Amino acid sequence: MVDVTPADAVPPAEVGEMELYHPHSWWTKYVFSQDAKVIAVQYSATATAIGLVALVLSWLMRLQLGFPGTFDFITPEAYYQFITMHGMIMVIYLLTALFLGGFGNYLIPLMVGARDMVFPYVNMLSYWIYLLAVLVLVSSFFAPGGPTGAGWTLYPPQAIMTGTPGGQDWGIILMLSSLILFIIGFTMGGLNYVVTVLQGRTRGMTLMRLPLTVWGIFTATVMALLAFPALFVACVMMLLDRVLGTSFFMPAIVEMGEQLQHNGGSPILFQHLFWFFGHPEVYIVALPAFGIVSDLISTHARKNIFGYRMMVWAIIAIGALSFVVWAHHMYVSGMHPYFGFFFATTTLIIAIPTAIKVYNWVLTLWRGDIHLTVPMLFALAFIVTFVNGGLTGLFLGNVVVDVPLSDTMFVVAHFHMVMGVAPILVIFGAIYHWYPKVTGRMLNEALGKFHFWVTFLGAYLIFFPMHYLGLMGIPRRYAELTDMTIMTESARHLNSFISIMAFVVGFAQLVFLFNLIWSIRHGREAGGNPWRATTLEWQTPQTPPAHGNFGKELPIVYRWAYDYSVPGAKEDFIPQNVPGDFAPSREPA
Amino acid sequence: MAETTLTHTSPLDRPQGLRGIAADWASDQRAFKNVSWGKAMMWIFLLSDTFIFGCFLLSYMTARMSTRVPWPNPSEVFALRIGGQEIPLILIAIMTFVLISSSGTMAMAVNFGYRRDRRKTAILMLLTAALGATFVGMQAFEWTKLITEGVRPWGNPWGAAQFGSCFFMITGFHGTHVTIGVIFLIIVARKVWRGDFDTGRPGFFTSRRGRYENVEIMGLYWHFVDLVWVFIFAFFYLW
Repeated sequence: MVDVTPADAVPPAEVGEMELYHPHSWWTKYVFSQDAKVIAVQYSATATAIGLVALVLSWLMRLQLGFPGTFDFITPEAYYQFITMHGMIMVIYLLTALFLGGFGNYLIPLMVGARDMVFPYVNMLSYWIYLLAVLVLVSSFFAPGGPTGAGWTLYPPQAIMTGTPGGQDWGIILMLSSLILFIIGFTMGGLNYVVTVLQGRTRGMTLMRLPLTVWGIFTATVMALLAFPALFVACVMMLLDRVLGTSFFMPAIVEMGEQLQHNGGSPILFQHLFWFFGHPEVYIVALPAFGIVSDLISTHARKNIFGYRMMVWAIIAIGALSFVVWAHHMYVSGMHPYFGFFFATTTLIIAIPTAIKVYNWVLTLWRGDIHLTVPMLFALAFIVTFVNGGLTGLFLGNVVVDVPLSDTMFVVAHFHMVMGVAPILVIFGAIYHWYPKVTGRMLNEALGKFHFWVTFLGAYLIFFPMHYLGLMGIPRRYAELTDMTIMTESARHLNSFISIMAFVVGFAQLVFLFNLIWSIRHGREAGGNPWRATTLEWQTPQTPPAHGNFGKELPIVYRWAYDYSVPGAKEDFIPQNVPGDFAPSREPA
Repeated sequence: MAETTLTHTSPLDRPQGLRGIAADWASDQRAFKNVSWGKAMMWIFLLSDTFIFGCFLLSYMTARMSTRVPWPNPSEVFALRIGGQEIPLILIAIMTFVLISSSGTMAMAVNFGYRRDRRKTAILMLLTAALGATFVGMQAFEWTKLITEGVRPWGNPWGAAQFGSCFFMITGFHGTHVTIGVIFLIIVARKVWRGDFDTGRPGFFTSRRGRYENVEIMGLYWHFVDLVWVFIFAFFYLW
């Protein structure tokens, strides 16, 4: 830390020091902690635990698809339950919670130079309500009738009817209640993240000096605060349909030869509400990944990010556009051709800011001093995977191409590539990158490289063949595929191969888990700034940072987050809190 | 806690209008220069809540416009027989009057709060809470009346089943908001009365010191709930 502060360079503090609640006991320090860093670890651990459940569910699904009839306990009903819970857990309870609740809580206060989130008590409540939501979700596995098998989109009317597992039992009720709890809990945390970024930055930290990680998480949180309300309303209304017998989403319908009491509701209304949430949700997961990967690439290529401002505006543009594309998930539901035209156009326009980001990542790498560390490997893998998944998105965004491909394995391959594998690669990269700050020790690199190669290549071996199966017309969401005439001998082999690879990749994650636990005690000592990075979280006086993050004085920011390899500087990185008089900067004027 | 005022620069030094907004967003520390953390958080929460009510109202409009069964006439359904005469919407008119009046008393409470007039602030907040409770009471009366007439969430004697579903869901969700507001009004009024904002007594849960601005933040929520009611009134009862 440099203690010389040119007083006139940076405006004086506008806000007094934050009052922090200092814990008095073990319980308030590690369990009911108000420290954003502890909350972040709690969020991450819970999300990882429930994510493991989703991983096992995907194994069970692949067992059934790859070797049909071999495993008696996987009935068609159980298969639908696995598929539903796998999807919902991965999208909401793992990816959203880990990116925003985990990385958001840990990185926002540290990166903007704050002592903590602005309202730590509300932040703590956010985690405990999230945990409650997870427990309600898990409880549905033990409820009579098991969890819901409605598919992760929970489309009515089938979601609450007799034929669907959990439809007339506890499953769907617990699912909807859990989602409502999740949204309440998330709102408490999300408000904190937004206000901390807008109103809680340190001296000298302008919005255009924020690391792109913060921009990604911030924009995603704003989007979540505006998109989750639609899901909340949809859940409340479906819960009323199921419990009180209202007909918001239920048309007049005959079930098992009997006319149901419902009358006059609109299933399409649910689809609109769900996808008004569901499409922004894709970017709620993707934008933090974009931000984090930008920082990983810049740090590990020892080069400033190319086109910082364009990167910021691209994040904002993607966030705004993602609210006007939702009906591209509903082409097969039928709509006026002009609407199809509108939604296809807006969908394809998103490719422009996204392409800007991809070009800028590549141009950041161009002639950089690339260190192939484990975080960098994951970041590079992300770019490739995201481009792959994004290109198939262009296929599916067009109405005439989407209609025949809809509900085939092609769709499964597309969204797993773009919002499954790609963000998870970033999560892994980010964990390898920030683990030294959280624990003070490095993760084992050999195990990390093994984990990377198996995960990266394995993910391609799983999802690439699915494109072919999809183009052949193999449908998704079918518990049994073998009897179809289009399922040729070679397709059957390919299908079994996918299942085997799913197991291989899954077991590689156990190596990662072992690495996480083993390195807490046995990892190499990391020191305060092992990657020689510029952002504020690496400049803390202690590692792991103490409660209050920055010791006695908050850091003052003099430059942007990307002063790597500045000509004329002694080191190849200049931290954000080094004054301009001491070292030159490449910050765009 | 974040003070509401700029401590070092006078407002006159800062550029005005759009240039001022651009300067604030380009500056460090805070994007909204004279807004405290609590107030910023309440505004953003209200924006999120607007989307919730917006989705509820849009869903109701979709149901009402797409139904092929006649929609019950609100003027007749919500009429009261007073002195042998059917007066349409009279109860709703009184409820609306009560709730809008409570926004007036709330605004006065905020004013006296900033003047450090503990007594008047607390009394006006309690008056606001009483008006809010009256509103909820009248809503309970209205629900009871409709239920005795045979309106249920799943059906009613006059037409589209969605009439009852939407009515109970939307007014119920709004009534919950009012009830939560009443509870918090009483809590904040107690803090004002006890002088917590003068003595800097830490909060029971948060261990943070409150300020008289909390009265205004409470007021933001209350006015929002009031505004939402105006939209419900217009779209549900007057349509």
